[in-house]
Amino acid sequence: MLERALCALAIPPLGAVSPRRPLGRQPLAMLSLLWLAAVALGAVLAPYLAPTGPMATDPSRALLPPGPGIWLGTDFLGRDVLVRLLWGGRWTLWMGVEALALAVGLGLPLGLAAGGTGGLRDMVLMRLVDAWLAFPGLLLAMAVVAILGPGLSSVAVAVGLAAAAPYARVARATAREIRAQPYIDAARAVGASPWRVILRHILPNAAPALVAFAATQLGWVLLNGAALNFLGLGVPPGTPEWGAMLAEGRAYLRDAPWAALAPGFALTLTVLAANVLGDWLGQE
Amino acid sequence: MLGHGFRRLLGAVLVLWLAATLAFVAMQLTPGDPAQTLLAASGASPEEVARRRAQLGLDDPLPVQYARYLADLARGDLGVSWLHGRSVGRMILEQLPATAELALAATAFGALLGVALGLLAALYRDTWVDTLATGLAVLGLSTPVFWSGLLAILLFSLYLGWFPSAGGGDLRHLVLPAATLGFALSGSVARLVRAQVIEVLRMPFVMAALARGLPLRRILLLHVLRPAVGPAVTVVALQLGFLLSGAVVTESVFARQGLGRLAVQAILWRDLPVVRGVALVGALAYLLTGLLADLLQVWLDPRLRE
Repeated sequence: MLERALCALAIPPLGAVSPRRPLGRQPLAMLSLLWLAAVALGAVLAPYLAPTGPMATDPSRALLPPGPGIWLGTDFLGRDVLVRLLWGGRWTLWMGVEALALAVGLGLPLGLAAGGTGGLRDMVLMRLVDAWLAFPGLLLAMAVVAILGPGLSSVAVAVGLAAAAPYARVARATAREIRAQPYIDAARAVGASPWRVILRHILPNAAPALVAFAATQLGWVLLNGAALNFLGLGVPPGTPEWGAMLAEGRAYLRDAPWAALAPGFALTLTVLAANVLGDWLGQE
Repeated sequence: MLGHGFRRLLGAVLVLWLAATLAFVAMQLTPGDPAQTLLAASGASPEEVARRRAQLGLDDPLPVQYARYLADLARGDLGVSWLHGRSVGRMILEQLPATAELALAATAFGALLGVALGLLAALYRDTWVDTLATGLAVLGLSTPVFWSGLLAILLFSLYLGWFPSAGGGDLRHLVLPAATLGFALSGSVARLVRAQVIEVLRMPFVMAALARGLPLRRILLLHVLRPAVGPAVTVVALQLGFLLSGAVVTESVFARQGLGRLAVQAILWRDLPVVRGVALVGALAYLLTGLLADLLQVWLDPRLRE
C-alpha cells in the first residue's frame, strides 16, 4: 500500500491543483460559518434569549449538573452556564473584532507601503516589524497590558498590536509577489502613481490572501485575548468572558467540570471555525 | 557559508537593538514615576524620592538615559524591580530553568508528534489517515492550552490519578504540561511537514530512487524526510515565541514555577522593569534560536550550501 502511495505521489497527475470548492460542497467550512453565525447571533440576542442576565446568582442551585432547563449546569454561584456562555460571546467576539480591526488597520497599510514600493522604505519598515515580531506574541501583549493597565480594552489593544506585525509581514509578502507581475509594470509604464498602483492594482489582487489570513488572525486574537483574561489580566472577576469563566470554573474542576469545560469548548470551536474558514479562503 | 552566517548574525543584532529600543520607548511613554513607585510602599518623603530619582539617573537627558540603558543591557543588566528592589536579571535567572525544562520537553514532544502526523498525512494523502492527521493538527492549532490542560488534568490526574495536577519538581510533574504544550505545537509542525513531504515526493530524485529499487524505508528516511525536516526545524525554532507564550499559560494552568508566573505577577503589580526584562529575554531567545535553526537547516539540506 505504501509503495503504491509513494509512486502515485511521486508522479503527479495532470492538473493536480484542486480549485477551491464552493462553500456548499465544503461541509467543514459551511459548519464553521454556521457556528460563527450562531455565536454572533447568541451574543446579539442574549438579552432576549436569557433576560435574567449573566450575573443572576442563586446559591441554592450552585454547581448543579447539566439537566432539563439548565442545559450546561450551573457554576459555584448558581449562575446558569449556558446563559453566561451566550452573554460571554459579547465580550469575547467584541474583543476579537476590535483586536482584528486594529491588527488589519495597522498591519495592512504598513505591509502594502513596504511591499508595494520596495527600496529603502521597505527595508526600514520591515526591520521595525522584525523587532516587533521578535517579542513572543503573548508576551508582547502582556507587556502592553502592563503599560496600559489591566482591563478588557487593554486586552483588545494588546492582542491587536501583537497581531499587527504578522499581518504586516503577510501583506508585504503578498504585495511583493503581485508587484512582480507584468501588469504592474504595464500600469507603471502608463504613468500610474505608486499609490494608485498599490490601491487599484495590488490591493484588489492581494485581497483574497489577505482576507484568508485575517480569518486565521481572528482565531489567534480570540485565543490569546481569552488567554489574557484567563490569566486574570483582562476583565474584572465575575465577568462572563469565556477565558475568565474557565479560570473561575477551574477551582471546581473535580465536582463540577462543566463550569470550566463549557466555555473552553465554545472557545475552541470558535477558534477552530476561524482557522477552518481561513484555510478554506486560503485555497487557491 | 561563513558569509551567510555572519550576515544573519548582523541582522539579528540589528533587530535586537531595535527591539530593545522599542522597549525603551514604551517605558518612556508609560505614565508614572519609577522612583515614586519604588518608594511608595515605605512612604518616603519628596526629598528621598528626588534623591532616588537622581540615583537612578532619571534626571539625566533622555539620550544619556538611553545610552546607559543600552550599555547596561550589553552587560546583561536588565535593571531593578520596582516592587522588590532586586536585580531583574537575577529574578529571571531563578525562574528560567523551570520554563526552559517545560519548553524543551514540549518541543521534543511536539516535534515528534508533528513530524509523525505530517508524514502520515502526506504519504496517505486524500485518505482517511490524511483527514485524521490534518484534523488533529488543526485541533492542536485551535485548542487553547488552558483548556486542553484542564482536560488533561481532569482525565489523567483527577479521574485516572496517573500524574500530579500541579506543582513541579520531578519528571512526573512535567508529563502533563509538556504534552499539553507539545500538542499545541505539533499542529503547525504537522501542517508544514505534510506540505514539504508532498513537495519532496514530486522531486525527480524520489522517482529515481524508486526506480532503482531502493528499500522503501531508506527512501523515506534519507530522500524524503531529510530535506523535508529542514524547513520543519525552522518552523519549530520560529515557534519558540509561541512556545514561550504557551509556557506562560501552561505554567498558570499547572501552577508551575517559571517566567510566566513571574510576568503575570509583575503585570498585576505594574512592575514594568520585570515585564520588560521577560519580554527582552524572550526576544533574545527567539532571535538566537532563529539563527541556530538557519545554520542547522544548511547542515540538513546540502542544496543550501552553495
